[in-house]
Amino acid sequence: MSVELDVFVGNTTIMDEEVYQFWLDGYTVNDAVKVRMEGGVLEECEASAEVLRSDTMDQYRTFQMCERLLHSPAKLANQLLFQIPPHRQTMLIERYYTFDGVFVREVLGKKLSKGTKKDLDDVSAKTGVTLKSCRRQFDNFKRVFKVVEELKGPLVENIRQHFLLSDKLARDYAAIVFFANNRFETGKKKLHYLTFQDFAFCAGQLISNWTVGALDNMLEDMDVDLEKEFLQDLKELKILITDKDLLDQHKSLVCTALRGKTKAFNEMEANFKNLSRGLVNIAAKLTNTKDVRDFFIDLVEKFIEPCRSDKWTAGDMRLYLTHYTNSAHILDTFKHQVVWDRYMGVIKSCILKMYHD
Amino acid sequence: MPGKLKAKIVAGRHLPVMDRASDLTDAFVEVKFGNTTFKTDVFPKSLNPQWNSEWFKFEVDDEDLQDEPLQITVLDHDTYSANDAIGKVYIDIDPLLSCEAATVISGWLPIYDTIHGIRGEINVLVKVDLFNDLNRFRQSSCGVKFFCTTSIPRCYRVALVHGFVEELVVNEDPEYQWIDRIRTPRASNEARQRLISLMSGELQRKIGLKVLEMGGNAVVGYLQCFDLEGESGLVVRAIGTACTLDKLSPGTAPNTTTHTNTHTLPNTAPTSNACNSPSKDSKESPLAHGCRSTHNSPVHSTCSSQRLSHSQNFSVSVPTLVFTGMGSGGSVGKEAGPLKTLLRQHTQSALEQREFPIFTLTCFPPGFLVHVGGVVSTRSVKLLDRIHNPDEPETRDAWWEEIRQEIKSHAKALGCHAVVGYSESTSICEEVCILSASGTAAMLNPRFMREGCLDTGGSDHRLSRQPHPGMVGSERGEGEVSSTWLGFEDASPPSCGFVHIPYDEFNMPFPAQLTYCYHCRRQKVPDVLFTTIDLPAEAEVTGKGCLIQARLCRTKKKAQGEVNATSISNLLPFMEYELHTQLMNKLKLRSMNALFGLRIQISVGENMLLGLASATGVYLSALPAPGGIQIAGKTPSDLSYDQHISTMQKRIDDTIAKNKELYNIHPPECIEEVVGSPIPDRQRSSRLFRSTSESSDELSELDLSHGKKDAFVLEIDDTDAVEDIQSLLTDAPIPAGFYSCNTEVMPGIHNWTSGLQMFTSVRVYRLSNANLTNQGLNKIFTDLCENLLKSLYFKLRSMIPCCLCHLNFTVAVPEEELIQVAVTAVAMSFDKETQQAADKALTRGSGENEEQLQFSMEMCGESTISNNQPTAKPSGVPESAMVHSSRVSSSERCSPLPEGRSRSLRSTRSLPCGAPVTVVKMTPLSFLPGTRIVKYLGIINMFFIRETTSLREEGGVSGFLHSFIAEVFAMVRAHVAALGGNALVSYSMKECVFMENPNKNQAQCLINVSGDAVIFIRESDQEAIPPLLTSRQTSSTGADGTT
Repeated sequence: MSVELDVFVGNTTIMDEEVYQFWLDGYTVNDAVKVRMEGGVLEECEASAEVLRSDTMDQYRTFQMCERLLHSPAKLANQLLFQIPPHRQTMLIERYYTFDGVFVREVLGKKLSKGTKKDLDDVSAKTGVTLKSCRRQFDNFKRVFKVVEELKGPLVENIRQHFLLSDKLARDYAAIVFFANNRFETGKKKLHYLTFQDFAFCAGQLISNWTVGALDNMLEDMDVDLEKEFLQDLKELKILITDKDLLDQHKSLVCTALRGKTKAFNEMEANFKNLSRGLVNIAAKLTNTKDVRDFFIDLVEKFIEPCRSDKWTAGDMRLYLTHYTNSAHILDTFKHQVVWDRYMGVIKSCILKMYHD
Repeated sequence: MPGKLKAKIVAGRHLPVMDRASDLTDAFVEVKFGNTTFKTDVFPKSLNPQWNSEWFKFEVDDEDLQDEPLQITVLDHDTYSANDAIGKVYIDIDPLLSCEAATVISGWLPIYDTIHGIRGEINVLVKVDLFNDLNRFRQSSCGVKFFCTTSIPRCYRVALVHGFVEELVVNEDPEYQWIDRIRTPRASNEARQRLISLMSGELQRKIGLKVLEMGGNAVVGYLQCFDLEGESGLVVRAIGTACTLDKLSPGTAPNTTTHTNTHTLPNTAPTSNACNSPSKDSKESPLAHGCRSTHNSPVHSTCSSQRLSHSQNFSVSVPTLVFTGMGSGGSVGKEAGPLKTLLRQHTQSALEQREFPIFTLTCFPPGFLVHVGGVVSTRSVKLLDRIHNPDEPETRDAWWEEIRQEIKSHAKALGCHAVVGYSESTSICEEVCILSASGTAAMLNPRFMREGCLDTGGSDHRLSRQPHPGMVGSERGEGEVSSTWLGFEDASPPSCGFVHIPYDEFNMPFPAQLTYCYHCRRQKVPDVLFTTIDLPAEAEVTGKGCLIQARLCRTKKKAQGEVNATSISNLLPFMEYELHTQLMNKLKLRSMNALFGLRIQISVGENMLLGLASATGVYLSALPAPGGIQIAGKTPSDLSYDQHISTMQKRIDDTIAKNKELYNIHPPECIEEVVGSPIPDRQRSSRLFRSTSESSDELSELDLSHGKKDAFVLEIDDTDAVEDIQSLLTDAPIPAGFYSCNTEVMPGIHNWTSGLQMFTSVRVYRLSNANLTNQGLNKIFTDLCENLLKSLYFKLRSMIPCCLCHLNFTVAVPEEELIQVAVTAVAMSFDKETQQAADKALTRGSGENEEQLQFSMEMCGESTISNNQPTAKPSGVPESAMVHSSRVSSSERCSPLPEGRSRSLRSTRSLPCGAPVTVVKMTPLSFLPGTRIVKYLGIINMFFIRETTSLREEGGVSGFLHSFIAEVFAMVRAHVAALGGNALVSYSMKECVFMENPNKNQAQCLINVSGDAVIFIRESDQEAIPPLLTSRQTSSTGADGTT
């Protein structure tokens, strides 16, 4: 005897959050049943494995049917097929768009193309996230990317409105879209120590300070691209390292301010010119798309690594960057204060975020 | 031209992509009624078109308005080839034809295609202008209200119950007119859907005409069924109860009185001449339970009515005495004879004009039901032949007529003049058809059937009372209180009248064991009572009830024609007998003494018959306590055998004890001694007391030498019996926190929260081994049902504590070796804390002491009040959170947006605008706990076919059916919302026919659903007068006014 057909349909769609998570995580029905059994639902409700299996199958089917709607979450609210209370709808959407930190690190900054999708089995093997789940997450990235690509206005707000996500998640997606759009390199070995949240923070900084929308108050263009004019202006900062006097003056100002305030003072003094060159060069090169992609790797190589080898503390870093930025204002011949602040503001917060083990 | 139908097509949304190149659709709409068709403009390149059409006007006869649905077809315009249909919407105009129902249909309705399912939604507005028609010979019956609800609808008052109405129409089934290879599935399905929609409309109109002829204005308990007879055609038939209903103005509703008691039949007065020691007259008959049922096959043309021992029945007697509380003694024995005759004469006049004194109602105004005799049922096996002339469906009519006559005569044999809780069903396999009918024989109070004597106040009691589902249990309290208010402290409460036997004690239609009513001590009652109706509100119950099921599978040889029919009709009596035995055993095992809502379904397949009996068991305080179950070996040959029997006996005893705890059955037996009322047989009562005590030692003392009086004896004389007993004990215990019943409400549970979840579950099993024995099959079938129940409990565990109400099982044998079980029910959660208090109160309430009574009332009152503030809502209760949905008046909600605005919205955002979807609750019950139904908007009766040729791609059979059922729910909800409603009550899925052909990757399913669309408001939204207090006060004033 075998069960040939087995369905359960409620007027209000019944969804078990635990099973939903299994489904999202790409568990097969059998695996999910196994885990649930170990979880002890059985004893709790005097059910049998058979019952559990039937329930799991049923829920999986429901989720599959809902998936189409989850692709455009706004539809979930005014579709008629499933009667789902609003708070459950929010939960469904939020969970569906939630991604794994390990997974997103693998694809962050990569082109969201078919090619990348093909390589997902490698990503899956590497991260331990099931292929099914990888695909869902990847498709989510791509879907959000595609939708906001064509929209005007602020990125985070667009994502939040269109996909009905929480503010936090919308910001994360903004970061993903931003990284994918600018193709920032994040996969190099030297960057491995950075988490997605580090990058997401940096992306937030870049979006709110370096894009067109940042200054223009979100009127015309979207803020997925860095502002071209600003990048052009950054070239002017080169004077800080090309003009010998200016460089020396800058150094002495910074050193005066730092003296006695940190144990790493000697290293700071010794490395000042190198470090300054590093930062200014990064700024000057940002007009090249290639160099934009290398932004983070450059920051690490040119700045963070030297400091780390000199054993700067986070406090040292903050102190140094603060004075480094502020001292430039005192330089008489340096006329690019606005650009400098706009640049250094972001650089400073990014470096501070990225400066950890 | 008595009617003008107007329709406006506003907009569409979520349309499917019809043009692959552009990923868009050029949609337009055809609106068709009768032979007239209108079209909208094409709205190019959009998945969310805004048509904003003019009003399309159809000038039509009201007859057509009743028969025809409004057909809306959405198409994709194609310049070069034929336009592609996207899907259709059928709109039943009927709710708009009654001034008291809906006034406009307006909202988003799913566009449905029989191959693709739901494909987007369309926003429409439909109105009807009706002109008065003075033609006396009209063929239409506009304005007659239809209700699926099998009780008096909550915001109406019954003025008169006219009686039974029935009608059937037949037609060729279009499916069979197509030759399989030529027809396109879509065309065939749509033809069928349309035809059935037309036939339902016609049927409803014809029934309406009959109602008008009878002088009524409504049909309550409307039950419509389809028989897909295959080659011989399609039969749509309906039955119902014609009534005259008066609408209650909202204010009057809760204030009606509860003193049915004050109204008595004058001719019952003589009954007060008391007979003091009636005990000697009572003769105890051997224990057995009669059941009237017949089986007639086409072969044996005479109906061979067979009487089966073991089943149920019973009882009546002098009704009104109870209510008046005149005199202290009871009338018994011979005195009862003439009285009954009197009563009969009295009611005869009201009923005799009627061909069939049959009522589809299952729930009655108090006082309506005088006595209940027992279940009457009839089955008949027929061979289907082609229906030659669809306009004169005499054969089918004659078949049903025959069956109803049979039912009527069974009722007569039980000393009853009417049948209530009546329903009819069929089971068809190839050319064999089993027609079944069942109901409960009863004596009714003629007041409700005759004009003139109604408005005196007493009659509207329960009918007009607004639903206070939370306090169902407390109604009994009301009854008692009112009698105390009237000053008849020693009167027997009305809570036991209906169980008194209706038949003559000395001329019993079947052997039964009679005792004096444990409540009033004056009238005779049977030891067990089976009925098809709901538990009357005034009935007094000890403890809680539970679902009891008997399941049976019988193999039969494959055969053709008459041979087949004969073998089936030969099997039927045995099946019924066994089902009854099972029910009786299970009832005893739970220490209960009455079954309500009994429904026995027998399904026929090619090589087997399935029998499933479901009912809700309760312990009626007025009936004697059931004895235990005693096992007796016929041939106590050896020691091990004896031992075996004694272990089994022990297990049974343990189970009974456990069940008593579980269902909280602790009847107050000692009262007998204390009160010192005339107990017919002291010895017996003391024995009863002993048998229900929980010590197994004592139980074992309960030997058979006393005669087979109190203990129910099972004789193990062969292996079959052993198996039976085994199976008795294998019913899995219900998980903690759950209760289940198949009636409207669960006795013993009162404080429902608003958490409720209606669901449908379908399972199909394949029997892998073709050579199964009956026992093997039985076991499999039982396991199926048990597992299904287990699954339901597991699914709904987040709602604990909760009760599955109105559990309705439907079994079918769609193919050889396949068994299909479909369940529809509603899970309702209740409040645990207040529950306990209420329990306590009730236990006390069953003692006949005024003080205690008052106390219990207060407790109940409290529990109902606290129920209104659902603070302790269990988490995860599905619907509860969304009750206060934004219900704007329907015209506002769906009013078309000004064109400019909607365009601009479209351009900025591709999302269609619109208010959030109205939450629509669905329930098979006639009420929603904690709410008040303020308006009935009309009947919803929908028929859908879904077919697929890509079964695997749609997730296999389960995926296919899952989405289809979800779609059906969605369409029902949308239509309810479009009528302006927020709930569908008395929902039922009457047909769910599933066919598959996995080899061809195909499947097809037909579903028929129905219910009443209503508007409800939260009880707490109105002034929060504790309903009980109100009724108490009014009952006192009412008493003054009317007596």
